[in-house]
Amino acid sequence: MSSPETTPRKQAAIIATSITKSFGEHLVLRGVDLEVAPGSIHALLGANGAGKTTLIKILTTLIKPTGGSASVAGYDVAAQAQRVRESISLTGQFSAVDGILTGQENLELIARLRHLSHPQQIARDLLERFSLADAAGRRTAQYSGGMARRLDIAMSLIGNPKVVFLDEPTTGLDPSARLEVWDAVTQLRERGTTVLLTTQYLDEAEKLADRISILHEGTIQAEGTLGELEHLLPPKKVEYVEKKPTLEDIFLALTEGKKSSK
Amino acid sequence: MKRFLSDTGVLFTRLMRHIVRSPDTIITTAAMPIAIMLLFVYVFGGATNTGSVPYVTYTLPGILLITVASGIAYTAMRLFEDMSGGIFERFQTMPISRTAFMWSHVLTSIVANVVSLILVIGLALVIGFRTGASAGRWLAVIGIMLLFTLALTWVAVVAGLAAKSVDGATAFSYPLIFLPFISSAFVPTATMPGPVRWFAQYQPVTSIVNTLRNLFLGTPVSGDIWTALGWCVAILVVFAIIARLLIHRRTA
Repeated sequence: MSSPETTPRKQAAIIATSITKSFGEHLVLRGVDLEVAPGSIHALLGANGAGKTTLIKILTTLIKPTGGSASVAGYDVAAQAQRVRESISLTGQFSAVDGILTGQENLELIARLRHLSHPQQIARDLLERFSLADAAGRRTAQYSGGMARRLDIAMSLIGNPKVVFLDEPTTGLDPSARLEVWDAVTQLRERGTTVLLTTQYLDEAEKLADRISILHEGTIQAEGTLGELEHLLPPKKVEYVEKKPTLEDIFLALTEGKKSSK
Repeated sequence: MKRFLSDTGVLFTRLMRHIVRSPDTIITTAAMPIAIMLLFVYVFGGATNTGSVPYVTYTLPGILLITVASGIAYTAMRLFEDMSGGIFERFQTMPISRTAFMWSHVLTSIVANVVSLILVIGLALVIGFRTGASAGRWLAVIGIMLLFTLALTWVAVVAGLAAKSVDGATAFSYPLIFLPFISSAFVPTATMPGPVRWFAQYQPVTSIVNTLRNLFLGTPVSGDIWTALGWCVAILVVFAIIARLLIHRRTA
């Protein structure tokens, strides 16, 4: 089935070229280049307001870029949006779990929308895999933060999308729930799914990602494996180590700034 | 088209589960118009001269409009909750029909309002509402009520899309609930002073109320029906266009 022009080589799962995005006067992305290899976990690291969510929204066809181009799973996000949607799933920053439905019903809902046969069986299998079988019949409004997030990710895996986007999957979770989500993401790697995740936590990127891109002020400041960032590029290493506190400082400054401005 | 129908059906089933699991949304919707109806029939109605027509029959059309006006507050609330969480974005990143999500909300709104309307009409029959309307006239009543519900549903969609909070999403319905009071719904407009009478005579509710009342009473319907249909279609078209623009702005 594979035609030569769609699979000429081991094509990158995500390619973004000079992506820009402005909301009115406000320029959020100033030319982002990104390449994610198939089957890898790529972390997009950046502080609040760095443009991570905007980039994710462009790559998942929710909004259109102002300039530049991007392709996901070989399809252009602007021209072939519906083909892109067949190949991806998004676990957004805000929970996409329906609180009034049970865990089982939430999963069945997505399976039906993906026009898969045996939605009930698919739901049962995923509940088992994410250790949610005991809570299958309970409304998800009663789930803990970690359980809801795991269900959210499980919903993203229905139909085996080639590329999974996780936007700040652990923000707002307590430490043990965070570990549960990390386990879920690690499982994805074992299945060969490509994952692009955004995070503002350095340890999360370090723990999960094969490669890391640092997004700051609307551009990618550095990209590589943790090892490359640390060793292979000595000048960058210095820059990276210096950026560690810088990002945290920005994050803290932003949040502290908000608190004190009340 | 097949995809649109099946996706809309799946999403509609989801929203109907919301309603079945929180039946208060239908009970609250029906409770307020029922309370207003009882108040007017048993308290104020005695002071209003409606000739040989029982007051409950006279006032039911206005009560039905109030029922829809309070019901669509939940339409806006359900939509707002989907938009403010991640649920809308999840659906939009899936290969489903682009319009299925919105139509599932519209369809749910219509079904929920129809259930409330049936409850209100049922109670009205119990307390003395009588009509000699033929099947054709009942069909006309049902058609106008469905069109009115559809029009106000799109108003609710705009409110749900534009709102910044749940309170904002539902607040728009209060003036709509109030509108029938300044119309021919409860007292003849002729009893009102000049400027109020002018407003009451020309606002949309009066033409709809007069049409429904004449249909129930078996009296000639007059040109009011065209004014009523014109208002409903105009509201529907304008708010459907605004809704489309709001959705487009979100995905720009």
